Amino acid sequence: MNFSEVFKQSNQLCKVSPDGKYLATCVQYRLVVRDVNTLQILQLYTCLDQVASMEWSSDSLFILCAMYKRGLVQVWSLEQPDWHCKIDEGSIGLVSSRWSPDGRHILNTTEFHLRVTVWSLCNKSVSYIKYPKACQKGMDFSADGRYMALAERRDCKDYISVFVCDDWHLLRHFETDTQDLAGVEWSPNGCVLAAWDSCLEYKMLLYSLDGRLLSTYSAYEWSLGIKSVAWSPSSQFLAIGSYDEKVRILNHITWKKLTEFEHHPTITNSKAVVFKEVEKRPVIPTEDLSIQQIAMESSLFDIQSKYEIPPLPVQVPVVKPDPDRANPKIGISAIAFSVDNRYLATKNDCMPQSVWVWDMQRLGPTAVLEQTAPVRFFAWDPRRPRLALCTGNTKLYLWSPAGCVSVKVPVEGGFQVQSLFWHCSGDSVVLLGKDQLCLCYMATDEEK
Amino acid sequence: MGDWWTPPMMPDPGLGIREFSSVSHIDESPSRHRSPPATRASETNSKHSYSVLTAFCTEENIPQCVAYVNQEAAALGLCGVCVEARGAGPSLGAASALNLLYELLQLQRRGQRTLHDLETQQLKNNSDLEHLQHNNSRLKDQLEHTRRENSGLHEGERQLQLKIRTLQRYLKSEKEEVQKLQSIIASRATQYNHDAKRKERESAKLKERLNQLLVDKRDKRLAIEVANCVGRADGKRSLWKTSKMEARHEGEMYKALLSDYEGRHQVLLQENAELKKLLQLMKKDMVSMLSPRKTTRAHMPAEDSLEQAGSEPDDELCEGSRDPLEQMCEQAREQLANSIRLQWRRLKSHMQRLDSQVSLAASREQEEVISRREHEEAITHMKMELQQCTEFIQTQQQLLQQQLSLPCDEETAALLNDGYLLEEKERLKEEWSLFHEQKKNFEMERKNFTEAAIRLGHERKAFEEDRALWLKTQFLNMAPFVGHRRHATSESRRALTIGAQSGAKVPSSPALSCTSASHTGLSTPTSDPMTLPSTAELYRTLQLIPDSRSQGRCASNSFQSGATMTKSQLRDSCTDCSIFSVVRDGNSAS
Repeated sequence: MNFSEVFKQSNQLCKVSPDGKYLATCVQYRLVVRDVNTLQILQLYTCLDQVASMEWSSDSLFILCAMYKRGLVQVWSLEQPDWHCKIDEGSIGLVSSRWSPDGRHILNTTEFHLRVTVWSLCNKSVSYIKYPKACQKGMDFSADGRYMALAERRDCKDYISVFVCDDWHLLRHFETDTQDLAGVEWSPNGCVLAAWDSCLEYKMLLYSLDGRLLSTYSAYEWSLGIKSVAWSPSSQFLAIGSYDEKVRILNHITWKKLTEFEHHPTITNSKAVVFKEVEKRPVIPTEDLSIQQIAMESSLFDIQSKYEIPPLPVQVPVVKPDPDRANPKIGISAIAFSVDNRYLATKNDCMPQSVWVWDMQRLGPTAVLEQTAPVRFFAWDPRRPRLALCTGNTKLYLWSPAGCVSVKVPVEGGFQVQSLFWHCSGDSVVLLGKDQLCLCYMATDEEK
Repeated sequence: MGDWWTPPMMPDPGLGIREFSSVSHIDESPSRHRSPPATRASETNSKHSYSVLTAFCTEENIPQCVAYVNQEAAALGLCGVCVEARGAGPSLGAASALNLLYELLQLQRRGQRTLHDLETQQLKNNSDLEHLQHNNSRLKDQLEHTRRENSGLHEGERQLQLKIRTLQRYLKSEKEEVQKLQSIIASRATQYNHDAKRKERESAKLKERLNQLLVDKRDKRLAIEVANCVGRADGKRSLWKTSKMEARHEGEMYKALLSDYEGRHQVLLQENAELKKLLQLMKKDMVSMLSPRKTTRAHMPAEDSLEQAGSEPDDELCEGSRDPLEQMCEQAREQLANSIRLQWRRLKSHMQRLDSQVSLAASREQEEVISRREHEEAITHMKMELQQCTEFIQTQQQLLQQQLSLPCDEETAALLNDGYLLEEKERLKEEWSLFHEQKKNFEMERKNFTEAAIRLGHERKAFEEDRALWLKTQFLNMAPFVGHRRHATSESRRALTIGAQSGAKVPSSPALSCTSASHTGLSTPTSDPMTLPSTAELYRTLQLIPDSRSQGRCASNSFQSGATMTKSQLRDSCTDCSIFSVVRDGNSAS
């Protein structure tokens, strides 16, 4: 495992192009495009203000930089550095900007979710979509980029509009039986749309592409409901994480519950391997304290850690949530399927230090990673069943069916990994610190 | 009697009197009154103060006394003192008086006993009373206690009831409150919903207005600046929005949906086909597994009819469901499922039967197996033993041969000899006894012989005397030349006897020879035709004995030779015998 040198970045704005060739980073108001392999700067663009959001177009030719404060969007072309495009949303303001899947349109959501403005780069045309709903995930594009589902709110009722992305033709528009629609998500095959209610009510609605209601699923009533949703890459399973600390798996034929994964604080299942991170602080002699303050400080951060497999049963540390506060720290906040549909990684908010990995063949837990610090983020390798996670310290953690490793990022001064994402080839991971970034290259099989 | 006499003997006479007087007050008083006269004589004699005090009867008032006593006795139902008032005056019948006295005494004693009994009864009753009183007081205490407890409990109950009442009141109030709160909540919820809707509507209105304003205002800033328009990603030109386009989109959508459904359908079909294949395979397996059993089971009389009935249509089902994949119809599927179910049921029953059979026969089979194994083991074991034995025998033979060829070490020889000696001893003993018998026989024979000889001697003597007599008469009657002819005959006769004797007697006793000698000595002069029958007789008598004797001797001789032979060969033969016996043992063992 190798690490690149550290680069600067701001707002954790760092993206690899969809074709995997370029790495774009924003540093204040500058946009830097590098070659992923050589890390040489290919292009340098200067934006009008500090960039708040940045995105590659699907064909890796354009980069969108949004400056929400100023209601501005700037688009840069990689092929033609001279080419420029600026979209001003004017006085109405801007809260979100994103590419359409074809990479020729930009969808801007105005303030107050007044409308969605669709700007075309082909003919400078502008079109509006009214009544978008401000919610958890109000807009989703199908995986093939043909359709867009948009949650709408009209006359105190929830609607879903399905647009054809080609020409923004409204294909379907239907009302949903929800109190407060919280999100929509297409299945990976683009034929089923999952729509779920807000956390006040457990309700999952499944619509066909043509707007037919396929099924409704509700696990319970009178309690906080759905917190997170994830489709398996094969569209076979729909995992629903809820506030009752369970993940329910629906199947794609009957849309009934296949199984449910409970996150018990005591792990007794012998099939589940618990990886417990153990830290070892190096012993520092007290005499050195006054003499070499700085040198020692660096060594202070030099904490060794390794995984241990404690004998069952294992007690997973649980944080008791405050019931009086909104958005309680409880329930499944993150779900992700591995690319081969084999594993499911979940995180329960009241067990912030643990990531659970479930085997979808056995329909049971296969590993529990117990970290010393709360898990910030985890992501699956886009090619292999390999999970990378970070806890805001100087280490990168990797889980695979073979086992678990923790790797310290060998950067001077300490590189605290706040977030990470995989390169699309699965050969490297981009680690994002507070204002730095670093590439971690995985040892490929050929090298081994 | 003693009871009665004790009170007077007490040191304090007053006590006795008092008792007496107190007793006299009771119903038995007459008898007591009557008793003093009966004992009076002795009392007076002993000068008891008693007699002085109670001068019931004096010489003067005897008749009155007697009358009184009679009266009293009659009152008591006793026969009186039988006073005869004839003659000079009333006279006291001694016997009747004594009877009365006796009866009185009896009465007295009975009274005393009852008194005693009553006293003990009294004592008992007293103690019972005490006990009961005690009990009573205890029960009273208990009662008091329980009463107190009861009152306490009553108090507690009252308090609890009070509490319950208050709690119920509380509950009611709480319920009311809850209801109130619920209604409040409901009203709030409706209010909130209403407000939210209102606000939402307002916001929507505002948004609308804002939108309108934005549209109306023609925001100058709202613009897009593009250096030059870029082509579409697919390189095509954008198309006008027309109804044709709409239709195309719809068609595309449905195509996508259809393709998805078709794909899913294909997957399901594939899965279904695989499952069917598996089912077919299973069925085939089951059929093949069950068919041989069927043939065997046809012989079994115990056969449930259900299965038999079920097996018949099964075969045709097999035919019918040969190609269910092609048929793809409901019927075929049903047939297949039915046949599978049937087979499955049969298999299950078969398995159950097998299980039961196995469990039943397990022990038996195990036993059989064990016996066979044991048998084999025994055979091998025996074979081994046999081999060992033969080896053993061979070594023994070798050893024996060695021993025979050269006198081996003393010990083994001694050991061996011991056995032989014992055997020899036995044999010798037997021989000894035989010899003894023979000896006895011989003795008997000798005795017979000697007796015969004696008899012969006597006879000869008589004969000699006869002859002498006869000779004397002859001699006296005839001429003297007759003598030498006689001598010749006696000579021949002598030779004959000797030959006979020598042939007869081997252990010729000197006595016999003596006698024979004496005979010869005696017989020399005797030669007479008259004696011929007697000699023939003698021979006969002699030959009788020698016949038996010769036989016995022959036997004994042969025996002796045999014995000697055995003696000489004893060692050899003995060892041989032992070897043979061992060999025979080995054979028998094998």
